[in-house]
Amino acid sequence: MNMPRHSPLARAMALAVFVFLCAQMALAHPQKGEAVGFLTGFRHPISGLDHVLAMVAVGLWGAQLGAPAIWVLPVAFPMVMAVGGMLGLMGVPLPGIEYGIALSAILLGAAVMFEVRPPLGVAAALVGFFAIFHGHAHGTELPPGQSALLYSMGFVIATGCLHALGIGIGTIHRWAWGQRLLRVAGGLVVMGGAFFMWKAVA
Amino acid sequence: MKNASPSRLPLYAFVVFTSVLCAFPAEAHLNSTGMGPFYDGLMHFLMSPEDIVPVLALALLAGLRGASYGRRALFTVPVAWLLGGLAGLSAMTTRPHPFIAAAWFLMLGGLLAAGAKLSLRVTTALAALLGLYHGYLNGIGMGQFDTAAVALLGLVFAVFVLIALAAAFVVRLRAHWARIAVRVAGSWIAASGLLMLGWAVRTR
Repeated sequence: MNMPRHSPLARAMALAVFVFLCAQMALAHPQKGEAVGFLTGFRHPISGLDHVLAMVAVGLWGAQLGAPAIWVLPVAFPMVMAVGGMLGLMGVPLPGIEYGIALSAILLGAAVMFEVRPPLGVAAALVGFFAIFHGHAHGTELPPGQSALLYSMGFVIATGCLHALGIGIGTIHRWAWGQRLLRVAGGLVVMGGAFFMWKAVA
Repeated sequence: MKNASPSRLPLYAFVVFTSVLCAFPAEAHLNSTGMGPFYDGLMHFLMSPEDIVPVLALALLAGLRGASYGRRALFTVPVAWLLGGLAGLSAMTTRPHPFIAAAWFLMLGGLLAAGAKLSLRVTTALAALLGLYHGYLNGIGMGQFDTAAVALLGLVFAVFVLIALAAAFVVRLRAHWARIAVRVAGSWIAASGLLMLGWAVRTR
């Protein structure tokens, strides 16, 4: 049976109809940067590998340590990070931010690599200390004209999602091979942190 | 030999293409048309993070404590919101204080993160204060429109639905990790409050 042949015009018309039906939203009425404020904030932590490494490492370490650290660390980090972000928004300078962020990846990665098990308070204090540097970096980089509230919520939620990613990966800790793999992952985080430290110093 | 029948695709494509070109305006932009005052009020609440987040935090907090707390918040907040809104409609113009907005985020988010075991009386007081304050601010903003009272009803309806959904969702949670996840959400709200505070200081 012969299939009917379609003329080029017919194909062009079909394509045009398809394109029209797939039209995207115009997003033509942003108010006070609301359309982009959340997305800019959400993208900020996940667009920098130095942030990603440290925050995933927090989740990995929490998963290694188990309850209650598995949720205390991811709660402590955004709270203290917000303090750092507040300092950044207020224009309070903080020296050595890039060093602090790189060092956070090195030390948190090392904690995962060697499966360090300090008291919960010490672990939370270590995580909280470095969170200030990450928060300050986010706070000082709010683009002008964007909604500060939605920008803040965006980067807090993105940070939480990165912790959740780390915890999710860290659930392999229940198996022996998973424990070894987590240590390897910690080593990779250390290497990444060392690279960013080298970039900061150079 | 019989000729192949001509394709009907060009005809169909032409009809659809013409229909697409003759489409009526969607009138999807509230700036030009509006959806009626009731839905305008409802959408105003749903698109205002500074209103919706504290209400969500209170609903989650009440839901964590149990069904009786959730029910109390469910009826207290909308009623207080309506009363505050009615008071705001006839009030002199005033600007919302950014520190107070940040304080609501901080307090409710902090209580939720800490899993605070508030009494029913304190929960009711918090719900009433939240509703009165935010309703008053909404009322002031709406006071210039003739249909403000209807819009306020739509807004209160949205508050009611949000609390009902959020509190009922949390009341049903039994798994330990799920309740912890709700508290983690509280820490995010508190963190956003801290950042709002920094922003308020910066813009003063």
